[in-house]
Amino acid sequence: MPYPESLVAPMRAEMTQMGATELRTVADVDAAVGGTAGTTLVFVNSVCGCAAGNARPAMQMALQHGVRPDRTVTVFAGQDLDAVARARSYFGEYQPSSPSIALLRDGEVVHFVHRHQIEGRSPQTIAADLTKAFDTHCSHSVGA
Amino acid sequence: MTGHVFHPGHHDLHGITVVLETEGSLWVGRFDSVTPKGVLLHDAGCYEDGVTEGTREDYLQKTLKYGVRATARNVVIPETAVKGIRQLAG
Repeated sequence: MPYPESLVAPMRAEMTQMGATELRTVADVDAAVGGTAGTTLVFVNSVCGCAAGNARPAMQMALQHGVRPDRTVTVFAGQDLDAVARARSYFGEYQPSSPSIALLRDGEVVHFVHRHQIEGRSPQTIAADLTKAFDTHCSHSVGA
Repeated sequence: MTGHVFHPGHHDLHGITVVLETEGSLWVGRFDSVTPKGVLLHDAGCYEDGVTEGTREDYLQKTLKYGVRATARNVVIPETAVKGIRQLAG
């Protein structure tokens, strides 16, 4: 059962304020993720304080990096059910968990951060994992 | 909202993805709590000795890479059957 929108609104805002585009419908997801060339970072947001409370600040830190994906989008697990299911359909063998983070290049997952890789880790550690993936898979350098 | 935990006062492993071993099986799932009936896991997958293909280690390595292939939304494992429990970590 979805949480009250008043509860999740600040968590949605935290993502959009760092530059992520929120995808709330299947059509939104297909347009932003389906068959998109280049690199796309997909953050599966969650109300879970155990893990998402570190994942969102990690995303914010990572997105300050000099090399980063062409676009960053987010869906909200447990809230926008159809959009989340559609986003996960692009993740191939990677199993659903939330929060989680997928980096896609030309529509294929090239790096995935599962919930179990977020739990108990600091935002700095999670961000370091992400920026290493950006360096490996993303050619877009800020200001280039 | 950042860093806010909605459910303070729970078990240290609450919300953590754990590996729970029993005599003939290995479960991977999100730890909830210890109930009177046993350890409650959510979104859990199971490796069964002699049934599941490959070894326990194979199963864990695949789970680390691809995540938990959940077969049970909720499962309770009696505490007497639990041989060990630890966080899933690479």
